[in-house]
Amino acid sequence: MSDEKKLAIIATKGTLDWAYPPFILASTAAALGYQVQIFFTFYGLQLLKKNLALKVSPLGNPGMPMPMGMDKWFPVLGTAIPGMQAIMTTMMKNKMKSKGVASVDELRDLCGEAEVKMIACQMTVDLFDMPPSEFVDGLEFGGAATFFEFAGEADITLYI
Amino acid sequence: MANFDTELDASGLNCPLPILRAKKSLAGMEAGQVLHIIATDPGSVKDFEAFSKQTGNELMESKEEGGKFFFLIKKS
Repeated sequence: MSDEKKLAIIATKGTLDWAYPPFILASTAAALGYQVQIFFTFYGLQLLKKNLALKVSPLGNPGMPMPMGMDKWFPVLGTAIPGMQAIMTTMMKNKMKSKGVASVDELRDLCGEAEVKMIACQMTVDLFDMPPSEFVDGLEFGGAATFFEFAGEADITLYI
Repeated sequence: MANFDTELDASGLNCPLPILRAKKSLAGMEAGQVLHIIATDPGSVKDFEAFSKQTGNELMESKEEGGKFFFLIKKS
């Protein structure tokens, strides 16, 4: 089906909050009949680990809503207190669960089922000495040229 | 309520899960069969319209009743 629309995404971020846009858009586009590829580079490679340990940090993120109006009175430096990241990560995960938002694992599985092609940036894998065995199965490893092979013909290209 | 062949209860699920589940249900159905979807995500109203337009599956009915959203989609 050469008339299929194509979506190319570059995923560069490795936090819990930023894990969502690439997987939500990729899985939805696939459901709409798009052919989809995601190129994971730098911190985005964290999204491909078998055991996801994604965190969200209030540090340096004034846009993050915090419970009980904490963002209103909490000093900026307070967001750097040890343990704050773990607390906020737990709170965010609980909140998402209670609102029926899918887990990152679930969305990633749905992308896999929908044949979203996932490519890990070989250069970053080497740079950070990331063992390939830590990644989920079914990945391809490639570089910028690999990305352009698909993105060059894509209808939509997103950098996330 | 019109007749339907398959029912999908997507209550409590948030974007994009109702769409993804609907897509999966439709994949297992025959052309011309009707899928009935129940959802609680208010965003699903616009999303199922958009889904139908883009996939060619006809949105036969979309309604709200008691805080829930009901859709009938005919597989193309």
